[in-house]
Amino acid sequence: MMTVDFTLNGKRVSAMVEADDSLYKMLRGLGISSVKCGCETTNCGLCTVHMDGKAVLSCSVPAPRAAGHDIWTLEGMGRLAKALGDCLADEGAEQCGFCAPGLMMNVLALAKENPNATDEEADAYLAGNLCRCSGYMSQRRAVRRFLDGVVSGEWEKEEVQA
Amino acid sequence: MAVGQRVRKKDAGALLSGKPVYVEDIAPRDCLCVKLMHSPHAHAMIEEIDTSRAEKLPGVACIVTYKDVPNVRFTQAGQTYPEFSPYDRLILDRHLRCVGDPVAIVAAQTEKQALAAIRLIKVKYTILPAVLDAREAKDNAVLIHPEDNWRALVDCGANNKRNLVAEGCDAEGDIEAELAACDVVIDREYSTLANQQTMMETFRAFTRLDTYGRLEIVSSTQVPFHVRRIIATALDIPKSRVRVVKPRIGGGFGAKQTAVCEQYPAIVTMKTGLPAKIVYTREESMTLSSPRHAMRLHVRLGAMKDGTIRAIDLHSLSNSGAYGEHGPTTVGLSGHKSIPVYTHNLKAFRFAWDVVYTNTMSAGAYRGYGATQGLFAVESAVNELAHALNMDPAKLREMNVVREGEKMPAYYGEMANSCNLGRCIERAKEMIGWDEKYPARAMANGHIRAVGMGLAMQGSGISGVDTGAVSIRLADGGTYNMTIGATDMGTGCDTILAQMAAQSLECSVDNIAVYGVDTDTSPYDCGSYASSTTYVTGMAVVKTCEVLRGKIVRAGAKLLGCDADDAIFEGDCVRCAKDERTVSLAEIANSNMMMNGEDISACESHGSPVSPPPFMAGCAEIDLDPLTGVVKVVDYAGVIDCGTVVNPNLARVQTEGGIMQGIGMALLEYPRMDETGRTVSNSLMQYKIPTRVDVGRVRVEFAPSYEPTGPFGAKSIGECVINTPSPAIADAVYNACGVRVRDLPITPEKVLLGMDE
Repeated sequence: MMTVDFTLNGKRVSAMVEADDSLYKMLRGLGISSVKCGCETTNCGLCTVHMDGKAVLSCSVPAPRAAGHDIWTLEGMGRLAKALGDCLADEGAEQCGFCAPGLMMNVLALAKENPNATDEEADAYLAGNLCRCSGYMSQRRAVRRFLDGVVSGEWEKEEVQA
Repeated sequence: MAVGQRVRKKDAGALLSGKPVYVEDIAPRDCLCVKLMHSPHAHAMIEEIDTSRAEKLPGVACIVTYKDVPNVRFTQAGQTYPEFSPYDRLILDRHLRCVGDPVAIVAAQTEKQALAAIRLIKVKYTILPAVLDAREAKDNAVLIHPEDNWRALVDCGANNKRNLVAEGCDAEGDIEAELAACDVVIDREYSTLANQQTMMETFRAFTRLDTYGRLEIVSSTQVPFHVRRIIATALDIPKSRVRVVKPRIGGGFGAKQTAVCEQYPAIVTMKTGLPAKIVYTREESMTLSSPRHAMRLHVRLGAMKDGTIRAIDLHSLSNSGAYGEHGPTTVGLSGHKSIPVYTHNLKAFRFAWDVVYTNTMSAGAYRGYGATQGLFAVESAVNELAHALNMDPAKLREMNVVREGEKMPAYYGEMANSCNLGRCIERAKEMIGWDEKYPARAMANGHIRAVGMGLAMQGSGISGVDTGAVSIRLADGGTYNMTIGATDMGTGCDTILAQMAAQSLECSVDNIAVYGVDTDTSPYDCGSYASSTTYVTGMAVVKTCEVLRGKIVRAGAKLLGCDADDAIFEGDCVRCAKDERTVSLAEIANSNMMMNGEDISACESHGSPVSPPPFMAGCAEIDLDPLTGVVKVVDYAGVIDCGTVVNPNLARVQTEGGIMQGIGMALLEYPRMDETGRTVSNSLMQYKIPTRVDVGRVRVEFAPSYEPTGPFGAKSIGECVINTPSPAIADAVYNACGVRVRDLPITPEKVLLGMDE
């Protein structure tokens, strides 16, 4: 067993892990319920989190590699995540919801990297986020509306109002 | 108005913020981790099993082998008792019938310990000859279930001495004479494979003994009440000792209509008294689960030169795999929900079936439940007929499809009381631009674009069997609590049932708090399958609200001091028609909690003698690269008649999702095993479901009818929507390059090899 010190959703935390544990396993152990596991082959995207501002598959990051790094999960993403959640809910796009947190983390990464993404660019960026319920079309509509809102500053206005 | 509104799902907030609402999130931290040791052989007998070294490993709490389980056979199929599926399983059996069949159950404090223990279990097998091809199974000398305590509860032709799970025939008219009189007979064989539902959340459950010493099972299941019965039977304990709770489910699509995993932690908890948890890996979910029944379908379709379809003869050979789960019932839909689409000019039909045991993974329920397989065959044959007659397949269909008011002999003689299929075809054609695009166009880049069409029907619940119930009570403050027995598996039944309740009780959907499912507190509901929830449980909501309104009126009249006949329910109050005085719902609720003799609640159950079919037309536009054989769906138009649309958002998403799964089945998803019977498509790497870049766009519209026996005119939607893509895409491929693929999936290899011929 070893200790890993890192920042989780803005707070300094310390976790006891085994050397071959994944970041996914460590986060679940810390009570982070938003990260899910849907495969063992890095295909599904359910376990997506942000590491130093970039989307990563937490199943594929060794836990010790998080030492000293900045990890964010959906639990810590605040109002922008809420706005994205509202866009998805308005389309009924969450369905079973199991893939939603991973998808949302990747959409939030996309919003930072390329908020002007076209539908095609967004689909390509999000291709690693599998969903079996929705058939993706409702998610595409929701992501469009969310990115448009990011560009127009609509979600910031909401923050001011709140 | 709540029905017909785009209401957000009631659980949306929790799901979209990552709240701990699924099985694994809420399992006790000190749960034992349960892992299975799987058979490496397709057919074998355990001669010796030595667990002594494994038991000594630190952390190992319990190892169960076939020696430790009740010798009581059961079925994992979640169906109403008495199940059609034969009782052919033990929790663990000495006789192993497929690669992956469990050999031992190991429970340890950690997953690593459990897996290490499995590696130390020594097993000596006698390898038996395996039956891997369904065509060779019936009356094979190798028997897959020779055991004496195998039994079938329902007479459906099951015979373990012949490797038969079911056989039978349904017919009307003189099929041979009608076929002989036809100008054209299309005589073809088609096949479909054992597709995986591939819900994002794999099978999982945890178990513990509750405060009262009863076995509590928290499971990701579509059928909590059936799981209660199944596990009690498997463990040979009274059903009263079992309680099943369903939290949020990460998708089901029928996979979780089978109790795939619950018995393993359950027996560990019974033996140790400790909480235990099992979470299937994706590999286990792909190799030891409950996929679609692979079928071989032989169609003879007879028609006159003018295009009238006179006779359909269908034989379905269904591979149930090592066990009989859902075998006798899925096969029925392959004919009973494909042939009736062409009722209008039909003079005769015959539908015969064989369902066989083989040494492959046991099949189960998957969205469409046999109709998907049958419709691929019948719809493909109709497309082939159109080409043989040199007719537009859309026109051929318009001539022959069932009309509203017609009796459907091949659908148990039921009437099509609501049917807007003609409009579905017309609108799907318009959406895809059929008349301009049929059959194909060469593109500047050398690709070919082509269109194809498929139709579909399904049922709405199982007629005469399915039962749904809700209980609703007026709560403190004047709002309602609704307890549901149906299982929301992500599709939103908690929400649409609340919409129906809100409509009936003339209040906001927010005033209906929903809860479900807990077999201790929820009213009995057979579960969410067979496209039953909207139609069957929905009517239970309507009936319950009627009774509840009567009770509220009587309580209000009492407070107003007026005659109950003069009291009128106004949603937020009860009004006296004589003097216009009112008493609010809140006052009624509050006064009811003081020195009162009558509880203001209602619980009504519903079952239907009929199962009104939703109907659908789907048009695919594909892009085919003749150099590679790669086919991509660039556009898909689906138009569905599901009766009244209760929630346009959720109905649309279900339809889009179903179409996408159908496209996956047609083009991408390729379940396959090696020559030893081992499933090699055992991960999301090998079993490729559609991603968001694999399909151009899917567009959905509704062509509502009004179903007189459904709640607010509604029928089902969940399953029908997966059925059209396979035949539509197969015909589009034919239109593009002349290659007719009759064995799914339509891989680039098959297209290229076909083009070379």
